[in-house]
Amino acid sequence: MTRSTLILVGALAALASAAVAADRRAIISAYGDPAGFSAARGKAFFEARHTGGKPETPSCTTCHTANPRAEGRTRAGKPIAPMAVSANPERFTDPAKVEKWFRRNCNSVLGRECTAKEKGDVLTYLSSL
Amino acid sequence: MHIFKTTVGLAGGALAAIAMSVQMVAADEIGRVRAVSDRTTFEECSACHMAYPPALLPAASWERIMATLSDHFGEDASLDPKTTKHIRDYLVANAGRVPRGVDPASPPLRIDEMPWFRHEHGSRTFARAKSDPNIGSIANCAACHRGVDRGYFDD
Ligand code: HEC
Ligand code: HEC
Ligand code: HEC
Repeated sequence: MTRSTLILVGALAALASAAVAADRRAIISAYGDPAGFSAARGKAFFEARHTGGKPETPSCTTCHTANPRAEGRTRAGKPIAPMAVSANPERFTDPAKVEKWFRRNCNSVLGRECTAKEKGDVLTYLSSL
Repeated sequence: MHIFKTTVGLAGGALAAIAMSVQMVAADEIGRVRAVSDRTTFEECSACHMAYPPALLPAASWERIMATLSDHFGEDASLDPKTTKHIRDYLVANAGRVPRGVDPASPPLRIDEMPWFRHEHGSRTFARAKSDPNIGSIANCAACHRGVDRGYFDD
């Protein structure tokens, strides 16, 4: 490969990851002003034991573990890729996927939908690690 | 199911009678089953566990599973109505027959509650699945059967 193709390849890779990061920012902004979200609040919410949901799943950490950089595990034993963006750059880049899992998992854990603020906080936390 | 393995791992004269009856069930339920071949079903139904092959449950089981996704074995696995219908239609069209010894009006929702499954998996296998953290559940077929995503269970 010539030097200029290498530069081109590098530039394309940088563009692709910039595009992914922009997608993620857009997803977070859709839940509200990013300045209003807090990684600390997101962490507390993610690690808390909630009531109101299904008894099998009291917490987000039941499946994702308290270390989002590590692999999690479903109740049926299947591995779940890490939730932290630093460990898994593909996280939170498809808005339909993010919404589908918030709907299901918040309902399983809390017995209700998560609020826009809770979602923004959690995504801010998982993007900050 | 058109292709199947009729040999089961039972040996010994005293077990011949049991082996016979297991083998008759085996002709329908055991051996090589076809993996999920519908893309949507594969993607949506393999997020939390392997995509279970449609032939392993009768149509009435799939219908009930697909009608109760928001309370799916203790979890919310709900999907939008269009996707739900698509997957339901695929699973029902490719379902297995009602196995012997099962009430056709209310068959179990779990593969591991089917009589043939209990024949193949003794209490020690159930206990091992539960206690081994790398398996976690008897429903984690892939932990013990390699290649199950292609539909093989005779490993
Ligand atoms: C019963 C297990 C389980 C529990 C409990 C759970 N999750 Fe998940 N979660 C999953 C699985 C499985 C996926 C999809 C697999 C994947 O994306 O790797 C997922 C995906 C997600 C996604 C989408 C990720 C993406 O890449 O778009 C978000 C967001 C999420 N979970 C948030 C949460 C939050 C917040 C909680 C607590 C309220 C929670 N989860 C509790 C199993 C669980
Ligand atoms: C949000 C996670 C999740 C999704 C998505 C999901 N399931 Fe499940 N499923 C489970 C859990 C949890 C169990 C119980 C596992 C256990 O007991 O070890 C289960 C069990 C099953 C079983 C019984 C397995 C047995 O023999 O014990 C069947 C059949 C099944 N699911 C079918 C489906 C189908 C069809 C879909 C797609 C429409 C689907 N699942 C999607 C979580 C999920
Ligand atoms: C803890 C390990 C374990 C788990 C989990 C497990 N199995 Fe098995 N399975 C076995 C063993 C051991 C045998 C008997 C060995 C043999 O004859 O091949 C067996 C036999 C079978 C057979 C008969 C194979 C043949 O060729 O006759 C089928 C079909 C089967 N299992 C399906 C499943 C399905 C479907 C699941 C998930 C719902 C599952 N198994 C989960 C260990 C397991």
